[in-house]
Amino acid sequence: MGEPGTKEILSLAELEASVGLRTGRKHVLSILVENRPGALTRIAGLFARRGFNIETLTVGPTEDDEVARITLTVDGAVHPIDQVTKQLHKLVNVLKIRDLEPAGTVTRELALFKVAAEGSARSELLEFCEIFRGRVVDVTKRSVVIEITGEEDKIEAFEQVARPYGLIEMMRTGEIAMARGRSET
Amino acid sequence: MRAVDAVMECLKAEGVDVVFGLPGGANLPTYDAFYDAGIRHVLVRHEAGGGHAAEGYAKATGKVGVALATSGPGATNLVTPIADAMMDSVPVVFITGQVRTDLLGTDGFQEADTIGITMPIVKHSFMIQHPLELPRALHEAFHIARSGRPGPVLIDIPTDLSRADIPYEPVADLALPGYQPTIDGNQKQIRQAAKALAAAKRPVIYAGGGVINANAAAELTEFATADHFPVTCTLMGLGGFPASDPQWLGMLGMHGTRTANYAMDGADLICAIGARFDDRITGKLSEFAQNAKFIHIDVDPAEISKNVAAHIPIVGDAKRILAKLLVEYRALEADTGRLDDWWKQIEAWRAEYPLRYDDSTDSEIKPQYLIQALHEATAGEAIIVSDVGQHQMWAAQYYGFSKPRRWINSGGLGTMGFGLPAAMGAQVGCPDQLVCAITGDGSIQMNIQELATCTQNQIPVKVFIMNNGYLGMVRQWQELFWDRRYSQVDMGEYPDFVKLAEAYGATGYRYSDKNTLVDDIRAAIATPGPVVADIRVTREENTYPMIAPGAAARDMVG
Repeated sequence: MGEPGTKEILSLAELEASVGLRTGRKHVLSILVENRPGALTRIAGLFARRGFNIETLTVGPTEDDEVARITLTVDGAVHPIDQVTKQLHKLVNVLKIRDLEPAGTVTRELALFKVAAEGSARSELLEFCEIFRGRVVDVTKRSVVIEITGEEDKIEAFEQVARPYGLIEMMRTGEIAMARGRSET
Repeated sequence: MRAVDAVMECLKAEGVDVVFGLPGGANLPTYDAFYDAGIRHVLVRHEAGGGHAAEGYAKATGKVGVALATSGPGATNLVTPIADAMMDSVPVVFITGQVRTDLLGTDGFQEADTIGITMPIVKHSFMIQHPLELPRALHEAFHIARSGRPGPVLIDIPTDLSRADIPYEPVADLALPGYQPTIDGNQKQIRQAAKALAAAKRPVIYAGGGVINANAAAELTEFATADHFPVTCTLMGLGGFPASDPQWLGMLGMHGTRTANYAMDGADLICAIGARFDDRITGKLSEFAQNAKFIHIDVDPAEISKNVAAHIPIVGDAKRILAKLLVEYRALEADTGRLDDWWKQIEAWRAEYPLRYDDSTDSEIKPQYLIQALHEATAGEAIIVSDVGQHQMWAAQYYGFSKPRRWINSGGLGTMGFGLPAAMGAQVGCPDQLVCAITGDGSIQMNIQELATCTQNQIPVKVFIMNNGYLGMVRQWQELFWDRRYSQVDMGEYPDFVKLAEAYGATGYRYSDKNTLVDDIRAAIATPGPVVADIRVTREENTYPMIAPGAAARDMVG
């Protein structure tokens, strides 16, 4: 391709388009927003209007009172991620967006499982809980509540395990994600 | 001072000389402040009229328009102008009243969630929660509305907060860390673009409304004529390049010229400037300009590669980028002769497919002729404000705009009822210029109440109703694509527009003879004050040529 600064003319055949490609993988977007009323509504509304689906969404404070962090996951097989981020950038309250690289990111999610697990099944379930390094946070005669923390895969695996024991309720917080090393998220 | 008096100070500091609005319960404090603020207020008859007037003012002058409404129904009446301003990137600040804070969320009288309703159709909005926020919000609103890709910004003010006593200090700095539009294009990318243009054998410049918004018409013309680049503009870009120039191909898109659409189809390089590859431009997307590479210059990065993948994206202000592109291009000393074959092809298309219509053999006025007559009577020098429909397309095709901000219409949203109030706003902004509204018998009735505003304020717009007794564009589609099953499109001869004009205190004329039409139009223009001319045209005339919906550009019909 013609070097900038030369008089050499650029052959059109060599040009490649930057397309809004579907990446085919899950993307974790970490978004810093001004901590103002309506900021989350604007983001959620933008996703609705442009036809993008949010898979998970977490919102919380950061080390700076003026700024909140929204972590959301989007399916890059369905949506052009560059359009999603460009549209988000247009929101005045959005300060920064990072599309986190899976390899350079620590992600965590917390889930609560309320399982019936009556009789002898209970001790089996508690063994599984131990293997998954979960914690029992509530026990009654007819149910136990188990807390599992980890990456999405681990939580999904525990769900498979718990289901046969009579899964009454499950709740997940959605992922939070932080860049590894010294780099800022 | 009262918060509303601070609002007046902010408006003055922003250079606002006129606003359009209608008072109501929730903005009584604001109107009390207007009483002696020394800012001109034009009292409209419907808030939508005020919103479109602010748009027309903004489009004609390049300044930020301002429209006001009260809470609830006043605010919801602004929804259409807000959406319209969003689609066409028009800088307008909308200020709405809101119920007092202790009533918020209680379904109070005339309460509506204005911020919530308008959230998807504003560039940004401010819900005022403390009176001290007001001055900063006002200035930020104007800054956001006019900078980057312009657009509508809304400020919703609860009535109790607007009465609060606050200290007013001019706001010196804006705190918008999340809003930093890119203005200067990347120099390396600009150089790449220049090289690609110099290599292209079949280039086309495709310019949109962004060129008008960026005040870049002169730069575009200088760049395009630095070589023999063929130029086409979108509906929103008309006037961005002179229609009288030999390098002008005409408008492109659904009702563009065959020459422009065929040139896009055959191009090896398309340089898009402030245009967004709308479906009315591309036709069937998968068959759009299949042999072309794309340079895309736009101030909004989200437009780049949204519909069509760009090979050389350049984000920034069109005026600055075109100036730099010109310098880079000249330095390459490209061989102009490389475009000769391309121009031979373009000239052949031009000769074979000019814009044409069959004129009547009697005195009947063909709608296309009406536009040509208007051009003749105004020497092509009027500000033409159009409504939406067939007349809009004919005006775009036949008037021949040679300067920017002379063609004002609702492109993206396609809002019937836009024309008269927008013409009114344009006339207020440009009192020394001739402003003509071209409208249809369908569109005009959607905001005809603003005639009263025009007469009361002596805003001398000249309104030309292209009257075919139909919702013409819908009728055309029913004729072409729905087996002529004309469903709910016949408007009859209602109302009598001449009498109606007179009732409003304007002058009404009716014309139906093409032989006297140019003189008739001249007479209408010479009549002082607002004029409504009811011009009877051929009832069933179609707007051609046309890319049928979903078809490829090369398959134009008519």
